[in-house]
Amino acid sequence: MKQFRNMALPYIVWMAAIIVVPMLLIILYAFTVKGNDVATIRFSLENFARFFSDTVFMSVLKRSLYIAIITTIICILLGYPIAYAIANRSEKSKLFWILLITLPTWINMLVRTYAWMGILQDEGVINYFLGFLGIGPITMIHTTFAVVLGMVYNFIPFMILQIYTALTKMDRSYLEAASDLGANAVQSFLRVTLPLSIPGVISGITLVFLPAVSSFFIPKLLGGGQYVLIGNVIETEFLTSGDWNFGSAISLAMAVIIMVSMYITKKVDTDPAANRKGE
Amino acid sequence: MEKKKIRLFSKLLLGLTAIFFYAPILYIILFSFNSSRSLTKFEGFSLRWYEKMFSDSTMMEAVAYTVIIAVLATIISTIVGTLTAIGLSKSRKLMRGIVEQVNNLPIMNPEIVTGIGLLMFFSALGVKKGFLTLLLAHVMFCIPYVILSVTPKLRSLDPNLADAALDLGATPMQALWKVIVPQIRPGIISGALIAFTMSFDDFVISYFVTGNGVNNISILVYTMSKRVNPSINALSTLVIIIITVTLFIVNIIPILKEKKGRKTT
Repeated sequence: MKQFRNMALPYIVWMAAIIVVPMLLIILYAFTVKGNDVATIRFSLENFARFFSDTVFMSVLKRSLYIAIITTIICILLGYPIAYAIANRSEKSKLFWILLITLPTWINMLVRTYAWMGILQDEGVINYFLGFLGIGPITMIHTTFAVVLGMVYNFIPFMILQIYTALTKMDRSYLEAASDLGANAVQSFLRVTLPLSIPGVISGITLVFLPAVSSFFIPKLLGGGQYVLIGNVIETEFLTSGDWNFGSAISLAMAVIIMVSMYITKKVDTDPAANRKGE
Repeated sequence: MEKKKIRLFSKLLLGLTAIFFYAPILYIILFSFNSSRSLTKFEGFSLRWYEKMFSDSTMMEAVAYTVIIAVLATIISTIVGTLTAIGLSKSRKLMRGIVEQVNNLPIMNPEIVTGIGLLMFFSALGVKKGFLTLLLAHVMFCIPYVILSVTPKLRSLDPNLADAALDLGATPMQALWKVIVPQIRPGIISGALIAFTMSFDDFVISYFVTGNGVNNISILVYTMSKRVNPSINALSTLVIIIITVTLFIVNIIPILKEKKGRKTT
């Protein structure tokens, strides 16, 4: 069977080149200051110092985290009941609804975000209907509301699918046992279903928070040119100002913040479980 | 009574979910047939934006680039990804672990980080941004998905089968092609499908690695959306149709084949 082993070799070489080297380049650029060639490269923490000491950049970072956290919370609050409702349907109906949720994720995110631009306009369809009720027009486009809406719209399917998977994997006999032992519906949900579905929520958080922090076209399209998130700063540094060192430092800082928050989320998830086993 | 209420509530919730997901998509399709420039008032049916789209050379070029890149990236990444997955399944555990970890990087990393990394990589190599860099980038982020979707199929594969084929005198190529590949075909097909749609829909990474007038549909929508331009609706509708048809074909063909198979047996 060793004949086949070599088939992985070309990809390993390719992978080292095109996946690993770019990551190393980001680190290299982040810790160096612009020089004209290899000889004039200077290692320094200047880029990070500049980023973390600038109040404008710090407010952008705060806003990005704030938007991502709000988006994630909304995705959990809306996504959980939706996933729960689907998980409790008949087999055929489950398949139908999961397909319905999955299908839009296959369609271009940019196109789907663009669609909201028309809907949210002051003369758009939402304000048209609000007009019938005698409300508005309410300005929605180019607001935080529009940005969060765009993110929830794009990322909530990931949350729903993760929670749904956790719910359907759950052993139904636990619920029977709970009700045999005298638990009512609310109790068995809170003490059986919810704890068992937490891993789904956790992986859902990962899949929503990560793209939400780094997104730059949703704020651009729905927040307008003035609405700057951390992704937009990186875009500008690389494609407009051309300061790759500073841009790399910001990207690296963002990647580290994301990794730390993922780590904390996972920790929060595994700790209670470990404690419960110890009881 | 309580149960009825809950069921009603869940039906209502799912109904609203469907509206939330599909209203924007239907909105864009509807307004692609609008006779006026307005994105908010439908003033009559017309095909003028489609005419405009098909006569606009930048739009048609972007469609062509998107399709060509997606097809090439799908073919390359499906072949390389499948061979790699098979190779890895026979490799030492340590090697497999390392490759799987590195392989996860493009999937786990924010797209923008992958994008700027590739941008600097290509520039360090002195490769001009354009078609080649776009294709290489797409192959780069597609292969991990193919490997991820083929690997589980290989795990459930009986390792003795390939050995048996070799013992019976098959060349390794024959064993690969006639024994292993047919059994992991569903994984290969779903890997190819993911690769195609990932490539077809990609915006962020493409945006950073392309240049010299080589644009895909997403980049064009992004740059054009700053001004009102209803041809974007027509272009978006085209994208929606292409993806829906692809998904439909890939999902329907196996069902039809199965039915045919049942009839003949």
